[in-house]
Amino acid sequence: MGSTSDVGRRDLIKRSAALGLISVPAMSALSACASGGDDDAKKVDKGKKSAKNPLAVNESAALDVVIFDGGFGQQYAKDAEAEYAAAFPKTKGKVKHAATQKIQTVLQPRFNGGTPPDLVDNSGAEQMDMGTLVGKNQLTDLTPLLDAPSLDDPNKTVRETLRPGVVEMGQFDGKPVWILYYAYTVYGVWYSKSNLAKLDMEYPETWDDMLKVCEAAKKKGIAGWTYPGKYPYYLPFSLYPFIAKIGGRDVLDSIDNLEPNAWKHPAVKAAFEAYYELYKKGYILKGTPGLTHIESQTAWNQGKALFIPNGSWVENEAKKTTPKDFQMAVAAPSSLDKSDKLPFGTLWASGGEPFIVPKAAKNPQGGMELLRIMLGEKSTKNFIKQVSSLSSLNGGTEGLSLPPGLASAQEALTKAGKNVVNPRLQDWYVTLQKQQIGVGALGEMMAGRMTPAETIKKCQKFADDTAKDDAVKKYKHV
Amino acid sequence: MQHGKYRFIAGFLALPVILYAVFVISPFVQAIYYSFTDWTGLSSDFKMVGFKNYNWLLHDDLFWKAVGHNVVLLLVVPLVTLGLGLFFAFMLNVGGRGRKNSAISGVRGSSLYKVIYFFPQVLSIAIVALLFQFTYNPRNGAINAFLGGIGLESLQQQWLADPKLALWCLMAVMVWSNVGFYVVLFSAGMSSIPKDFYEAALLDGANRIKTFFKITLPLLWDTVQTGWIYMGIIALDAFAVVQIMTVGPGGPADSTQVMGYYVYTKTFHDGQAGRATTIGVAMLIVTLIFAVVVTRLGRRERLEY
Repeated sequence: MGSTSDVGRRDLIKRSAALGLISVPAMSALSACASGGDDDAKKVDKGKKSAKNPLAVNESAALDVVIFDGGFGQQYAKDAEAEYAAAFPKTKGKVKHAATQKIQTVLQPRFNGGTPPDLVDNSGAEQMDMGTLVGKNQLTDLTPLLDAPSLDDPNKTVRETLRPGVVEMGQFDGKPVWILYYAYTVYGVWYSKSNLAKLDMEYPETWDDMLKVCEAAKKKGIAGWTYPGKYPYYLPFSLYPFIAKIGGRDVLDSIDNLEPNAWKHPAVKAAFEAYYELYKKGYILKGTPGLTHIESQTAWNQGKALFIPNGSWVENEAKKTTPKDFQMAVAAPSSLDKSDKLPFGTLWASGGEPFIVPKAAKNPQGGMELLRIMLGEKSTKNFIKQVSSLSSLNGGTEGLSLPPGLASAQEALTKAGKNVVNPRLQDWYVTLQKQQIGVGALGEMMAGRMTPAETIKKCQKFADDTAKDDAVKKYKHV
Repeated sequence: MQHGKYRFIAGFLALPVILYAVFVISPFVQAIYYSFTDWTGLSSDFKMVGFKNYNWLLHDDLFWKAVGHNVVLLLVVPLVTLGLGLFFAFMLNVGGRGRKNSAISGVRGSSLYKVIYFFPQVLSIAIVALLFQFTYNPRNGAINAFLGGIGLESLQQQWLADPKLALWCLMAVMVWSNVGFYVVLFSAGMSSIPKDFYEAALLDGANRIKTFFKITLPLLWDTVQTGWIYMGIIALDAFAVVQIMTVGPGGPADSTQVMGYYVYTKTFHDGQAGRATTIGVAMLIVTLIFAVVVTRLGRRERLEY
């Protein structure tokens, strides 16, 4: 132990006084924690507008990107950043890339402090609430990007190269576009063609056939369905388009609009009862309510269950456990009966991976330019190859040999034609969709602890509560 | 001279008081302040809304459900943990048959058991929760596999996926991970109790149960009380196990929702930081009430030895 003899009493007091001085600025820093101001003075200067640089990016400014490191990983974004650095050589080494699964925990303090990154992939279980971000005016309007010429064809704007519905999804009440969904996700019932073939079956286009397939599987000790029981909000991926197919688009729209008694529509009841029957007849894989998405996908890959409601990211996410001859495929929900309003093929497809440019970003032009590069054919092809998902760029698949899941997703899209639905509950009211309707109602029903009638009542109550809650910003279909 | 002395004391006190004010008091004050605003947590603009958040809180079913779960945790977890801790510590120190040269001793191999009991304590709660999540897995988890292996398929459960069992599953994990610490803590306390007391009791013909309640527990009371407050605070939190292990998380059907996790969802999922701080203030009040009640109830005459 050291002796204190060389530190006099006087010195000690002096030192503590100095520490006290330090702690005063610390206090102001603390109180600034929650309510730091944002100011425009921090923005970098705009660069020179030219044909090569239509967004007038500052050619030497730093760029700060945060990517959600989920089903698609982060390599596709890194590759696009390399393209960006190549296009603006003076930014070499100044493109800052970060990836995380905990988007909100990482970024919320930066939003509050007024120093958010220039581009964010706001995705995953911990995405920031879009409604709140838009409502509190925290995002940059991406209209300049959409009106800029596209990377590959200067005669076309970025807007004109996007898949239908993508721009609208990024709007909340009115013109400005706050979000650009980069991936294009096909949701539905995922299955293995080879596992069905082993049962001498094909994908059932009617519900009666669905029950027959499940019965045949059950006799062989295979379950019909599984789903991520720990996160039951995967169930809607096939259930919502099923509802739309039975009762028409309006049913989903009125649910999205939080209209009174929207959930009490007969189509909802019919769809819930059909799914509940899967439970009652023992067609759900045993133990499913306790499985994570990875665990249920693995069980499905092992052939223990035939069908799983999922999105097109599953092919990439489940790559490690998928057998070579699995022949992954996606299909639209089966028809309930002849009185269905929409034909077989009706499908949920919409933008995924929402990219945003924060309002307080230092280099918003840079963020938008990176998006423009990502929406070019080269980056899109790279994205498709790497993660086997479509991007929002309409096309980009020419000359690529698509993996089976993605190929079938594209087939399903073609088959659906105009009958693509896009339930907005998912991005407008995240808590209502995931925690309340997903975990609180649908999960309980599929675990057999709630009847369809009780589930509908519960869903309606949750929706009514959200409609009444003035802390939640409301949106409506136009 | 006297003046100089006070100035000297004040000089020394100033620093800790300032540090305390900055790092302990100010966050509390801030939290209370923000609980009166409509702050979203996503932007720095907000306005005062008076008692609106508190009014919301009083009428929020989920909050009361969370409080209910916390109360169950508060009653069960400390009781079981401390009870087991006392039992094990007693067995390790006093429970054995008397051997040569000593009237009392622990069971055979007690020092080894101490290490084993303490082992969970060195694991981070995140790791413990993750391990148990696999253990509880209804398809290939250890518990159901074990039950299946010994022919008790009928007892297999969904565990964390069953709203009736989920909270109990969490409590088992919390007890498991904390009991070792109290075994060691109480062992230390017991070893400082003079052996003569036990010898006298044995000579008088007292059995083990009687020795425990008449000698060990009264002499250990201060330690038990501290442990009770400490366990109570752990029970009022329970955030990590809920976040990592449960369905949803917080489910199934909100059956494992606790105040701590509710604060988190309100801040980081719903963008309603104002309401979240209101729940935080409610938690603070509940914790204070708990600490006061425990210290009042537990007040006893101090025994000198």
